[in-house]
Amino acid sequence: MESTPLLSVNNLCVEFSTPDGIVHAVNDVSFSIEAGKTLGIVGESGSGKSVTASSILKLNSGVTASTSGSILFKGDNILGADDKKIRQLRGSEIAMIFQDPLSALNPYYTVGHQIIEAYKVHHRGVKKPEARKVALEMLRRVGIPNPEARIDEFPHQFSGGMRQRIVIATALINSPKLLIADEPTTALDVTVQAQILDLMKDIQKENGMAIILITHDLGVVAETCDDVAVMYGGRIVEKTSVNELFTTPTHPYSFGLLGAVRSLDKSARGSLRTIAGAPPSLLHLPSGCSFMPRCVFANDGHSKCSSIVPELELVPSTHSLSACHLRKDALQKLTTKDLL
Amino acid sequence: MSSEVLLEGKNLVKHFPHGTKGLMSKPDGLVQAVDGVNIVLRKGQTLGIVGESGCGKSTLARVLARLIEPTSGSIFLEGQDITHVGGKDLQLLRRDIQMIFQDPFSSLNPRHSVGEIIASPLRIQKIVPKGGEKPRVQELMDLVGLNPEHYNRYPHEFSGGQRQRIGIARALALNPKVIVADEPVSALDVSIQAQILNLLEQLQHDLGLSYVFIAHDLSVVRHIADEVAVMYLGKIVELAQPTGLYSSPAHPYSKALLSAVPLAEPRSTHMRGRIVLEGDVPSPINPPIGCRFAARCWKAQDICRAQEPPLGPAKSLLKSEDSLVACHFPENSN
Repeated sequence: MESTPLLSVNNLCVEFSTPDGIVHAVNDVSFSIEAGKTLGIVGESGSGKSVTASSILKLNSGVTASTSGSILFKGDNILGADDKKIRQLRGSEIAMIFQDPLSALNPYYTVGHQIIEAYKVHHRGVKKPEARKVALEMLRRVGIPNPEARIDEFPHQFSGGMRQRIVIATALINSPKLLIADEPTTALDVTVQAQILDLMKDIQKENGMAIILITHDLGVVAETCDDVAVMYGGRIVEKTSVNELFTTPTHPYSFGLLGAVRSLDKSARGSLRTIAGAPPSLLHLPSGCSFMPRCVFANDGHSKCSSIVPELELVPSTHSLSACHLRKDALQKLTTKDLL
Repeated sequence: MSSEVLLEGKNLVKHFPHGTKGLMSKPDGLVQAVDGVNIVLRKGQTLGIVGESGCGKSTLARVLARLIEPTSGSIFLEGQDITHVGGKDLQLLRRDIQMIFQDPFSSLNPRHSVGEIIASPLRIQKIVPKGGEKPRVQELMDLVGLNPEHYNRYPHEFSGGQRQRIGIARALALNPKVIVADEPVSALDVSIQAQILNLLEQLQHDLGLSYVFIAHDLSVVRHIADEVAVMYLGKIVELAQPTGLYSSPAHPYSKALLSAVPLAEPRSTHMRGRIVLEGDVPSPINPPIGCRFAARCWKAQDICRAQEPPLGPAKSLLKSEDSLVACHFPENSN
């Protein structure tokens, strides 16, 4: 039962020209997502995950960015669409929420004004009282207590968690088909994070929207996503289901990342597992595999690693796609036991 | 376990005036950031302090490091009262207590070279190390895993993890007895967090340092701390060793906090009951009377809203005797 995906991104490349040279932020990234599913994009800072997401809404077109590839939303290529078309999509079909709920809201306007504005942009001719009713209903749905009173308050009168609820209300007011959430809970406390993740899951269950969740927290991925794309150095290095990522990681980077997180969760004291070194500069990506300089498996005699960029390939006996030359050797050495 | 007491806070209180309308007017209220905290740091050990934002953990850290003066209560360093020292004595105290800050980007002066940054505590204290300043700074750089040849570079040339190493080297320059670290790894990526935590443990082992370690990430504290204090609205609600705290938390808030941490495990392998707390932390301007957690607690009864529970020994058999909890109805107690 193959259904056409809601969104498919094909061979996306994004480059920024800066005074220091060209930053290769996203390199040949492809993925797709179906309605009702949640795709997690994980990676460290500078891995290109946020740039990938913002290209979907053409938020980084500007003068300095050059984008190639294609992004198909319901079959239409939106990468080549003009500004008018994109404006129709933004907020109505595809909505986005950002990491910092304080800077996502305008401090000069009441939260009600901002939610109603988002509604009226896509519902021309709707009278204000009617729009206000919709906004109140939305605020109730995202769990703001006493919405009749709070709709006329300003962002600074809300706590961080409540602000993120308001940002979510603004994003969902037009019932989008796709929600892009860029680190929606990173700025929040763990207890509030649990509330917000639950809220997003509940709303998804009700209206069947697709979610692209960008995060660096593998714990958040485990709790919310169906599929995961692991990004490193502007490329997807592993694409798999959540269960397979946590039981049988097929890329040395995923393996290292999981090891670092798990040893923090499990071991009491003693040395933590780390990934030695630091992520590569996107100005000067290594010529071969970008993870090679930090890879524990690539140290000897694998000239391919340093010269040829590995392609995503299906790993035998799994459903995972992995971009690694050493996969067979690496896989033999990796077992879940090593992760602990 | 009971090595000698190095730093001790007794009945620490820090209130900030709130809502002053003019220079001479009286404040509308007080933000009770830290409200009656007793805490002990033993030599060579690490005291972890956890809690949500606004619980007063950073204020407590700053009070302990004497960056700010407590409203009341007293602080002792090796038995000496340091609560109200000022002037020259305070400057001398800085040699014993140093701080590492959360944000490795804003805590380093972008116009100073790494060498100047790390040497600044020595210059302020007018200390000339044996063999000169530069060799000492390079020795420190080597100690924290930086290349000593990068002495003349500027902070922007380093990554986040390397910058945090610079901050650590600066804190070590005066050979302090206590280092207060305020969320030192929160701004870093996971793989880099582990590198910095390993470094801090190595340094503790080699130099006999004692840490006060503030974090909101429970797994980080679990890894590094000998004792953990859980804070809520300016009070310590539970004080325990990490093994006991993580396997059987006694305070309902600790339990909720632990259950909220998402685990990096496939969903099928952990079907644990997650407790999602309703609402937010109440305002520290007018904290509730009675137990401060009562409004969000699922076990709260009338006594909780009327009477504040004292921090007393946890009765559970699983715990070692020095664990404390402030709750009328602690978990695992029947």
